[in-house]
Amino acid sequence: MTGPPVLEVRRLTKLFDQVVAARDIDVSIATEEIVSIIGANGAGKTTFVNLVTGYAHPSAGSIRFRGQELVGLRPRDITRLGVCRSFQVPQVFSTMSVLDNLLIAYGLADSGRRAGLHPLASRDRVAACEGLLRVYRIEAYRDRPAAVVPQGVRKLLDIAMATAREATLLFLDEPTSGIATEEKFAVMDIVMAALAQRKATVVFIEHDIDIVERYGTRVVAFHEGRILADGPAAGVLGDSRVREHVTGRRRA
Amino acid sequence: MRAPDRTVVALVMAFVVLVAAGFFLPSWAVSLLVVSLARGIVALGLMVQFRSGLVSFGQALFFAVGGYAVGLIALKLRVTDVILLPLVGVAAATLLGVALGFLMRRYREIFFAMLSLGFSMLFYGLLVKTETLGSTDGFNVPTPTVFGLRLSVLATRTLLYDLTVASAVGVALGVHWYLGTILGRLDTALRDNEVRVEYLGYAPARVIHVQYVLGAALAGGAGALTALAVGHIDPSMAYWTTSGELVFVTILSGTGSVIAPFLGSLVFGLIQTFALQYAPSIWQMILGVALLAIILYFPGGLWSALERSRVRA
Repeated sequence: MTGPPVLEVRRLTKLFDQVVAARDIDVSIATEEIVSIIGANGAGKTTFVNLVTGYAHPSAGSIRFRGQELVGLRPRDITRLGVCRSFQVPQVFSTMSVLDNLLIAYGLADSGRRAGLHPLASRDRVAACEGLLRVYRIEAYRDRPAAVVPQGVRKLLDIAMATAREATLLFLDEPTSGIATEEKFAVMDIVMAALAQRKATVVFIEHDIDIVERYGTRVVAFHEGRILADGPAAGVLGDSRVREHVTGRRRA
Repeated sequence: MRAPDRTVVALVMAFVVLVAAGFFLPSWAVSLLVVSLARGIVALGLMVQFRSGLVSFGQALFFAVGGYAVGLIALKLRVTDVILLPLVGVAAATLLGVALGFLMRRYREIFFAMLSLGFSMLFYGLLVKTETLGSTDGFNVPTPTVFGLRLSVLATRTLLYDLTVASAVGVALGVHWYLGTILGRLDTALRDNEVRVEYLGYAPARVIHVQYVLGAALAGGAGALTALAVGHIDPSMAYWTTSGELVFVTILSGTGSVIAPFLGSLVFGLIQTFALQYAPSIWQMILGVALLAIILYFPGGLWSALERSRVRA
């Protein structure tokens, strides 16, 4: 750990009827850590992100962001506090241009709650967003509607929008899903370089173990709603139970 | 130096031309323009909601509230000032819009449309049953005055025309500005993806509430102007066919510019006037065919047809 905890989750539990989506999850994440969450389908990875960002409400437990309880807050309140997320299926404004998508994200991040009556496309904001399009290497798609750009561009746009706020804690739900294998590293390089500039704490869900090994300094493995292992990448990926339930590689 | 905004230039020019034309136009044309511009003001409010994918099928509620507020204040309190009365109409409709908005903001799509229709028909029923307000006959609105002075019929008509032109241009400029703000640009964003708006830290319901109140205020003001210009109000102002006409005009116009609803409303008024005159038995059929043609060939409304021809030119 490199600093004081940004996020402290204690005994977090979520039951959907009889199904346990999360059971007694204890985890704490330090400032500027880059954490990778792994787990088989249905292990509770996305549920965990949904609980922290207010999309779903926990059955029990506590989630503290810089000491403040998040349980009971709405997604927009949590976003305003600085916990932001991107989505497995990119959530963008499909009929608006790529630039307009980013302008809206940055406009809402700048303006706060009461100041929505400033012009959206101010010269400064347009310049800043054009700069970001270059950072994410999607400037060629600036004026194209988000619905018609390639999936990889849409994923990057979704992430760029999620980082509009001075996000102190950012969740990326499968940032490389739907992207061709040979492009995954390039996409992650772009994302990680952009996020390093923002000094964000990053938690990303990932299935690709090569990506996890390269970018995650710490790995949390989920299995059936519980945390199976948590620690440095090498240790967790070498854990026999993780190999059995998550990565599927048999012991050599 | 920024290039002047073309919409603003067009609106200012339209204002000058319309006010000047008011001195030459025959009275039927002046009446047509007043009614069309007022209807355009209502359609402007509907257009903003339409951009979020919401259709209020009961906008006649606020139109009628504006008209009846003016009629009642003029009749019972003897306030007849030509500037004050429209503001009363706006205020009454705005207050109602704020209150109903708390409910409306929770609904979308067909539920939003039907709920708004329900409220307008409720008000219609209330007006029809209230004998002191003339039931289905309504009542005459006293002639407005300027600083306590009563002008000649001709001068009053010109004044109301100029006031309507000024209001139409004024609200068009206002809404044009609004659509460029962060809040204004959230309209399309909301139609595309409410979840993302929420996760960017803004309440989708708040945007819808603001739009709803804006639409109510515009419809209230337009209802007030119409009541003054026509000199008579009756419950048909709140009837669903009035709402239907307003939605008709909004679809006919398109959502591309704040000028569109006024053009659409004027085209609607012209078709209505001439079709009624030359083909009284089938004028509604003519309207239907016109709308069908627009939807088939220009799904973005008249405005998209204009833009297309401009690109070609």
